Order: sequence, then structure tokens, then C-alpha cells
Amino acid sequence: MGAAVLVLLISAGLLVRAWPILRSQPLKELLLGRTWHPMQGAFGFWPFIVGTLWVTAMAMAIAVPLCTLSAIYLAEYAAPGVGRVVKPLMDLLAGIPSVVYGLWGVLVVVPLIREHVGPWMDRHLGHIAFFSTSANPTGYGVLAGGTVLAVMVFPIIVSVMEEVFRSVPDGLREAALALGVTRWIMVRKVLLRRAFPGVIAAVVLGFSRALGETMAVLMVVGNVPQVPRSLFDAAYPLTALIANNYGEMMSVPLYDAALMAAGLLLLLVVLGFNLLAQLVLKRMGKVA
Amino acid sequence: MKRDVLWRIEETVMRVLMIGATALALGCLALILGAVVWKGLPAMSLAMVTQCPQGGYYTGAGGGILNAILGSLYLAVGATLVALVLGLPIALYLQLYAGRSRLIEFVRLALDVLWGIPSIVYGAFGFGLMLLIGLRASLLGGIIALSLVELPIMCRAIEEVLKMVPFELTESAYALGTTRWEVAWKVVVRQALPGITSAILLAFGRGIGDAASVLFTAGYTDHLPTSPLRPVASLPLAVFFQLATPFPSVQQRAYASALVLTAIVLIISVLARLASTRLSRFVVK
Repeated sequence: MGAAVLVLLISAGLLVRAWPILRSQPLKELLLGRTWHPMQGAFGFWPFIVGTLWVTAMAMAIAVPLCTLSAIYLAEYAAPGVGRVVKPLMDLLAGIPSVVYGLWGVLVVVPLIREHVGPWMDRHLGHIAFFSTSANPTGYGVLAGGTVLAVMVFPIIVSVMEEVFRSVPDGLREAALALGVTRWIMVRKVLLRRAFPGVIAAVVLGFSRALGETMAVLMVVGNVPQVPRSLFDAAYPLTALIANNYGEMMSVPLYDAALMAAGLLLLLVVLGFNLLAQLVLKRMGKVA
Repeated sequence: MKRDVLWRIEETVMRVLMIGATALALGCLALILGAVVWKGLPAMSLAMVTQCPQGGYYTGAGGGILNAILGSLYLAVGATLVALVLGLPIALYLQLYAGRSRLIEFVRLALDVLWGIPSIVYGAFGFGLMLLIGLRASLLGGIIALSLVELPIMCRAIEEVLKMVPFELTESAYALGTTRWEVAWKVVVRQALPGITSAILLAFGRGIGDAASVLFTAGYTDHLPTSPLRPVASLPLAVFFQLATPFPSVQQRAYASALVLTAIVLIISVLARLASTRLSRFVVK
């Protein structure tokens, strides 16, 4: 019971702290406003919301196909021995602190993007704004943030998906295989269809996890409050906004309320996504 | 016949892709650990782990990160204890006392939702809470925020373990006329002790690596923690702050700090695994 109360308490607590700004500014201005000048009383979250979405979408674009493949392999193909080796390693990956991910991003991912990926993309696809590095050749940006996040959410998505695939009854598999199809065809035509809601739920869980990740993203994403246009542009996600500004916010009126509102926004989005995913997973569990 | 060949090709291609995807993830793990060790080891020294920062440390003067190491241990130990005290009863209640009522489903859902809340939100909430009761950034505040992060992890892990306790064991205890409390405390917890130990270590490992929740609630200081009402340093923030300085020699120390943090997390995770396998010889099979 305490747990449920705690969820409400946290939402209520943030709401109370965010109330001054919610009352002084219309919600539309707050969410869709493009200017962030706390000193002048302009609190537009739009660049940060878009920044969060860009980085998270990037991470999911990288992670989801790989996770699906990996989860299918672990659930359907791999010998039990392989699972016994891979599982603890995945747990290890899940347990690495986010600052260490961030450090890895700074040391490995950012230079890789700056030296190789960026120039290559710019040379071949640079005429499309989406792939251009001209605005920001430093390597710190959406792609770096997305890559680091993708690795971070990988173990979470894989473990949920694997469970989903395992919950599909064997009878279905056997029926398909008995018709003489290869194992992959069975996976594609039977398993994936049956497990589809669960796969989506796993993706949503990973998405909401990625949405809330702070330190690792903060360290590699560039932190420029703008609406990114290219893969390589710097972004400034909501989480980074909160983390970067908490120290000095007390001196500017409404600043702390604005940051609390950012926290509340994050909480509500994550809450919604999580509820959705959990409900789907529960229903799946009952059907299967 | 032709379709058959296509299927075979598709099968092989997909199999290669699947193994590739798994190998890529494990490769990233190796890369992360490799980068931390390769960069951190040269910067490592005895002074790093036995001294506090001296004056001018963040511009390159002598000292170490003992303040952060001890601070992190204090924070994580405190938060783990709080999470255990709150989490164990919740897990026992969910597993033993409550059947499959609607309320229980709801509580479980709430726990899952708590599990998904970003730690920065816990940090912001914890900070708001501290302002409310007039507490400044301190060890106590950090412990409160961090225990919120750890609680759902702990509950979930313990519940998984409690599920594994054989049905017959609790049933035979009930048949002897015991109360639920006795079954919970003397049979189930004892039987599940190896798993609970590993759940505690898991939560501890998560707690010690979490930066976002302690950023405002615990603060940062160059001194050793002396009182629960004083600010306290932590390893993740030590990595973060040192990396943010423009001095290469200080950034080197960030690598060394990351190495210390990673080593602690790895040791904890190995211990957790050992706990669940080694200790299991003391339970009824």
C-alpha cells in the first residue's frame, strides 16, 4: 500500500513545488514556448522537450532492432549454456553506473563520431540537413547521446522481450514447425505476431527508461537549448536541464518552480508509458 | 523448391544478425570496461584512495578521493538499510499475506511504476521534501533520496526470490499450526536468505552508482562525512565534477575515480552472484 501512496506523494510533492509557475504562465506557453531566459521570466520548455525526444528516439532507433534480434536469439536459438554465460554479462551491463557510461561516451563514442562517423556522413549525405555536421562538428550531440543510451537500455529491453517470447506457448511453435517451415519463418510468422503487444511493451519500458536517464546523456549531448535539426546537433534534454541548473536556481524567482515543473512533466510521461506497458504485459501474461 | 532455398538463406542471414546483435552488446560491455581500466589504471595511485582532496585539488594539486569513496559507502549503506527495512515487509506482504486481490495488483503496479521513475525525479522530489522540513544538502537527505531509488529495485528482487520458496514448505509449516508471521519470518525469510542477500547487494550496487538522485540532496564536499546533517561527497559525482574541469591532470583523476566506482560495482555484482549460489547449500532443496 505504501508504494501506491508514494507514487501519489511524489506527484503531489512535485505539483506543489511547481505550482507557482503553473499558475503564473499558461500551460501552452510553458510547453510550446521556444525561449528559455529565466532571468527575463521566459520559461519555454519546447527546446528541451524536443531535445529529450530526439535523443530518446535516436536511442530507440539503434536499440530496438538489435534488442529484438538478440532477445529472439536468447529465447529461441541459444543453447542453455549460452544463456548461462550471456545473462550474467547482461546483468553486469545493466549494473554499470551511468557516469561510467557517460565517461565511456566522452572517451570512445564522441571521438568516434567526431573523427569517423560525422565526416563520413557529412561527405556522403551532407546535402540533407539531417546528416549534416556543419552546425556542430564536435561529436557531442544527439547521435552520441542516443548511442550511449541505446547501450544502457539494451539489457532492460532484452530481458523483458526474452520473457515475453518465452511466455508464448510451445504448442504454437510446434504447430508451425510441423508444417515444415524453418525456425526463423516460425519466429517471423507466429512468434513475433503472437508476442507483438509484449514486444511493444518492452520497447515502451525501454523508452521511458531512456527518457529519464540523466548523467550519461548530460555528459555527451552538448547541452545547447535549441531544437536540433541534424543527427549531429547538440540537444538539451529535460533531465539535463534539471541537473545542470539546480545549484543556482534559488536566486531567480520561479526558476525552481520551473525545474520542478520539468520534473513533473518527466514523471507524468514516464508514469503514463509505464502504466501502459505494465498493463499490456499483465494482460499478455494472463492470455498466455 | 525455390521457396525452400530462400527460407534457408533467410534463416542463415537472420541467425548471423541475431548472434551479431548479442555479440555487439557484449562487445560494448568489454569496450566500456576496457576503456575505464585502460584510462583509469595509469592515473591510479595509493594517494587517490587514501587521501582527501587538498587545497587546489581541482586545479591539479595533490590529494585523493577518499572523501567520495567513504561518502558513497555511507550513502549507499544507509539507503540500502532504509530500503531493506521498508522493502522486505512490502515483499513479504505481497507474497504471503495478500492473495491475488485487486488491491494487490494495484500495489504491484505502483511498485513497477516506482521502478520506472527516473532517479533525477527522485532527486528533485527529495530536494523539495528537504526544503519542506528545513534540511539542507546532507548525508541524511542523500540517504532519503537514494532509498527511494533503491526501494522498488529491492522490492522487486526480493519478491522474485520469495516466489521461489517451495509451496510445500510453507504449507507444511501452516499445517503445524504456525501463524503467518512465524511462517514469514522463520521459514520463508530463512529459506530465501541467500536470494535476499543478493537482492540487497543488487540494490546496493545500483545505489552506489546513482548520481542524479544525490546531486542536490547530498551535495558535495572535500571533507570526510562527520555528521548526517553535513553535505557528503560521492563517487559518481567525483567522476562527473573532475571530468568537467579543463585540466587534463584532474580529468585523469576522473578516470581513476571511475575505475574505483566500476571496481566496487563489479565486486558487488560478483558477491551477489556468489551469495545466491554459495549460500544456497544452507536451504532446503
